[in-house]
Amino acid sequence: MEILVCVKRVPDTAENEIEVNRDGSDIERDDLVYSVNEWDNYAVEEAIQIVDKVGGAVTVVSFGDEDSEEVVRREMAMGANNGILVSDDGFEGSDGKGIATILKSVVEKGNYDLILTGAQADDGAGQIGGMLAAMMDVPFASVVNFIEVVNDSQLKVGREIEGGNQEMNEIALPCVLSIQTGINEPRYVGIRGIRKVASVDIPVWGASDLGIDVSSVGESGAAVKRVDYFVPELGDGAEILEGSSEEIAAKLIDLLKAKGGIK
Amino acid sequence: MAAQVFAYIVHKNGVADDTALELVSAARNIVPDASPIAIVTGSGAELDAVCNDLSASFAEVWKFDHEALAYPNAEAIRKLLLAVLPTDAVILVPHDTFGMDLSPGLAVKLDSVFVSDAAGFEGMDGSTLKVIRQEYSGQVSTHLTADISAGAVINVRPGVFPPDESKSAGGQVVDKSTEIGDLSVGRQFLEVVEAEAGDVDITKEDILVSIGRGIEDQDNIEIAEELAKAVGGVVSCSRPIVDAKWLEKARQVGTSGQTVKPKVYLALGISGSFQHLGGIKGNPYIVAVNKNPKAPIFQVADVGVVDDLLDFVPVLTEKIQEGK
Repeated sequence: MEILVCVKRVPDTAENEIEVNRDGSDIERDDLVYSVNEWDNYAVEEAIQIVDKVGGAVTVVSFGDEDSEEVVRREMAMGANNGILVSDDGFEGSDGKGIATILKSVVEKGNYDLILTGAQADDGAGQIGGMLAAMMDVPFASVVNFIEVVNDSQLKVGREIEGGNQEMNEIALPCVLSIQTGINEPRYVGIRGIRKVASVDIPVWGASDLGIDVSSVGESGAAVKRVDYFVPELGDGAEILEGSSEEIAAKLIDLLKAKGGIK
Repeated sequence: MAAQVFAYIVHKNGVADDTALELVSAARNIVPDASPIAIVTGSGAELDAVCNDLSASFAEVWKFDHEALAYPNAEAIRKLLLAVLPTDAVILVPHDTFGMDLSPGLAVKLDSVFVSDAAGFEGMDGSTLKVIRQEYSGQVSTHLTADISAGAVINVRPGVFPPDESKSAGGQVVDKSTEIGDLSVGRQFLEVVEAEAGDVDITKEDILVSIGRGIEDQDNIEIAEELAKAVGGVVSCSRPIVDAKWLEKARQVGTSGQTVKPKVYLALGISGSFQHLGGIKGNPYIVAVNKNPKAPIFQVADVGVVDDLLDFVPVLTEKIQEGK
């Protein structure tokens, strides 16, 4: 099975406090720790496991600036066979449809049976997989937490739905799936794995390689535009306890006792 | 604006989801005098019950009754909506696992703009809608503009807009079932596998000591268990803990886990995503311990401690034990 996995380089929200920059045009990007989007990493692991079982190859593609090459390389160290970086100044400012349009042109240059994305990334939109499937006119399933290959033309997939329940479906190949975290246990990538792929050539494809008219994507083609970042004015929020750990603990115990938080 | 606003209704067992009446408010936040049309798909008596209830809140309720719609397969419903909706429609859908399935592709097929997980609207300027969203797990917000002149599919975050309880629409149910065409799609629904019950039922507990990513290591869960023992509660968790297989799924609080209604909720190292908060009902007293002062959990907590839980919680536990 030929599998394409779309991955994104994102600020790691577990490692960073995300703050808005001075004029609200962006987040403060100095000193941010970046990594591969967590959902995408599960998708790559799933693709590798499928190929281990039924054969084929895993190709990882990332859309972004030149720094995104590091996440492609990391996922190749994990076991993906091929990597592609899609990058062009004219792609900047693309909205979800713009990105899906560009990825569709990547898909068309290969011969893929299955395309995986993460269920969401740093902007929380969770839109690229569904858009890509619609543009390709193939079936789609979101928040997938189980995949079983039935045969060459069909998968059994589980979707994580509300209440911890799982919705089971049969889906025809080729198709697009967006992957939920927890579907597997992504393997550890050691320094040895990274070294192995350190000198592998990763092709960079731009608009002309993909036959894309940049006026249809990028900022000029975007119907959805981000105006600014801000931190909302909130109500009172939490009363933050101050003092030494012992002082805070004593105050908190009084509050908990009053609220029935200590039996 | 001439475009009609539609609200897609999620329902189960003959009852509309809470989001149904929230979408009425959301529609009026886009267009002040909007009279949204409810779209309800399903089958049989349960569908009729939902439609009849909704006619109190929507001027028009479009009913689509078909065996193949008995379970909401987004692939089939997308096909149906493409056939029956005007292309310049503004369609509101709850941003849940169904909306995530349906909407991005629907917007592509209708050639409409798509807005995901809208958490607020700041009105129209010509054909441009100003939207508020959150990014980076809720740590920052953004304003977006979306040109909705060619139609829009907008996924609306559940629980943000107040439900319109006025029940003053005096509306009618319009049976549109004859307009249903071919519903065959490449994805077939098989079954729903119910979540396994755990060794404790966190939905029945008054005191929950809930842990998130800040616990850092499986071995540290002991720290939370000792606090739970000291206060007489049980340990629950957020999604990353279950993803890591450190605790069973039945311990997970959130829209994709359990809905809990404790009296006191201690959130330790939990950032507070809306999916997690969506599983906490009944307005409990929330204590947040997080080393990141920007964590969204501090916006909803009653009291907060900005500290690493691994440093603070053992001190708290010891002090509680001393006092007993």
